[in-house]
Amino acid sequence: MKIKQISVFLENKSGRLAAVTRLLAKNDINIRALSIADTSDFGILRLIVKSPERAYKVLKESGFTVSLTEVIGVEMPDRPGGLSDVMTLLEEAGINIEYLYAFIGKGDKGATVIFRVEQLDEAIKALDTNGITVLNGEKIYNL
Amino acid sequence: MYWNEKYECIEEAELKELQLERLKTTVKRAFYNVPFYRKTFQEIGLEPSDIKDLNDLQRLPFTSKKDLRDNYPFGMFAVPMSEIVRIHSSSGTTGKPTVVGYTRHDIEVWSELMARALVCGGATRHDIIQNAYGYGLFTGGLGVHYGCERLGASVIPISGGNTKRQIMIMKDYKSTVLTCTPSYALHIAETMDDMGVDPEELELHHGIFGAEPWSENMRQEIERRLNISAVDIYGLSEVIGPGVGIECQEKDGLHIFSDHFLIEVIDPVTEKPVEPGQMGELVITSLTKEALPIIRYRTRDITSIIPKKCPCGRTHVKVQRFTGRTDDMIIIRGVNVFPSQVESVLLEMGGVEPHYRLIVDRKGTLDTLEVQVEVSEKLFSDKVRGLEEFERRLAHELESTLAISVKVTLVEPRTIERSEGKAVRVIDKRKFS
Repeated sequence: MKIKQISVFLENKSGRLAAVTRLLAKNDINIRALSIADTSDFGILRLIVKSPERAYKVLKESGFTVSLTEVIGVEMPDRPGGLSDVMTLLEEAGINIEYLYAFIGKGDKGATVIFRVEQLDEAIKALDTNGITVLNGEKIYNL
Repeated sequence: MYWNEKYECIEEAELKELQLERLKTTVKRAFYNVPFYRKTFQEIGLEPSDIKDLNDLQRLPFTSKKDLRDNYPFGMFAVPMSEIVRIHSSSGTTGKPTVVGYTRHDIEVWSELMARALVCGGATRHDIIQNAYGYGLFTGGLGVHYGCERLGASVIPISGGNTKRQIMIMKDYKSTVLTCTPSYALHIAETMDDMGVDPEELELHHGIFGAEPWSENMRQEIERRLNISAVDIYGLSEVIGPGVGIECQEKDGLHIFSDHFLIEVIDPVTEKPVEPGQMGELVITSLTKEALPIIRYRTRDITSIIPKKCPCGRTHVKVQRFTGRTDDMIIIRGVNVFPSQVESVLLEMGGVEPHYRLIVDRKGTLDTLEVQVEVSEKLFSDKVRGLEEFERRLAHELESTLAISVKVTLVEPRTIERSEGKAVRVIDKRKFS
């Protein structure tokens, strides 16, 4: 149920994001979702890609600082309140969310959100028992 | 364990009395026998009789490496050549070599100091000391050698190089103490690995390393890889050679043998003494040297006086391990900053490779210091918070060490240039006009 996310350290200067995407393109690695967290002098690019292990290796070998983290992909209905329901559930279960970002309108129910939480297993259990679909790796990487 | 308890643990008042008496003698010897000193004293209207207490030391002019070069080769000697029994000199890689001479009594004193240093570093007369310092014009080899003989230990005068033979001899002759430069000690450890020699099989238990600055991390690595206890020894040929100071078993700074050397730590720019505990340039005055009395010698080595008593019982002044040379110093908003200070903060923090760069700039009338640090795999995670916390913590540590505000910037690995293995540490963008 856990999926692998690639994080890349980026200095806040021109051409860095281009360099990462160029490298992934050259190695035929397709990006499924991404988000960037930035501060005044650096950023962290987070990626869901089709082959995370290979992407990790390729980036590392090219001198980027990379880390692999486990996150969960949650499917939810694409309607008002869809995200709110899931958030309420996680709040009640006492799950701390570090950050989240959304896929664009794909998947069976229409919306998929990537959650980075502190308590992965508890989050999966809470969602599962309440009938919320937590997507497995294969499904997400191939969306 | 002391070699000479009477002098190493001398009462402070008695030490000061001895120092003053010896300082007066040294000043007289220099004034009446070395034209260079007579000239520099007379230029500021100073007579040997003006030296009445130890504070008068500060009235004496400084001596630099350049002065020794200008008086090449024997111009600084205070005795006729018939009294000189030994000559050493520097390699002269950065200019004319500096030449130093010793009388018979100087060699006696030097041997005594090295015997003290060896004992302080953990050696006894029962040890087999493998002396891998270079023998020759360099003071390291013979300096340590004479100390070993004075101590009564068995010295193996193997000199530097031929590492495989060093290891064979270490095994077969059952050497118990190794003396060499710290980088060579590490090289020996690496070669042992390659040869499949386990340090556990050796009798080696102590190492006394010096002649170049080395970090606490390097000490731990040498101790672990050679399975020994290692201390730092300090000396410079202009003053006598190895045996000016050494760490005791506390491994918390080096004792300077204060009955033979007077030290000061000064601000290299204002040339005024800094407070105990503050970093500055070490200045040494010899108290007993006959052939080459040296007065207020600017060592260019950066250290600070440790203003507290040492539990080992030795009363001689202690200084921090050397962190760099004044040649690397930059002045920011009137504060002296050494790249090595940044490096030691980084090493203490852990989790980062000590790849860093100081960017000095001027915004309006205010100097700014930015410290760029390469982010390492260890430090990096997907969370912004962790990195920001690290930046804040590092900035805080640097500010309390350097006493100026610092902006920390994390940069990608390998963005800080490494030219021939030696990194460019400082970029000064300020324009002085």
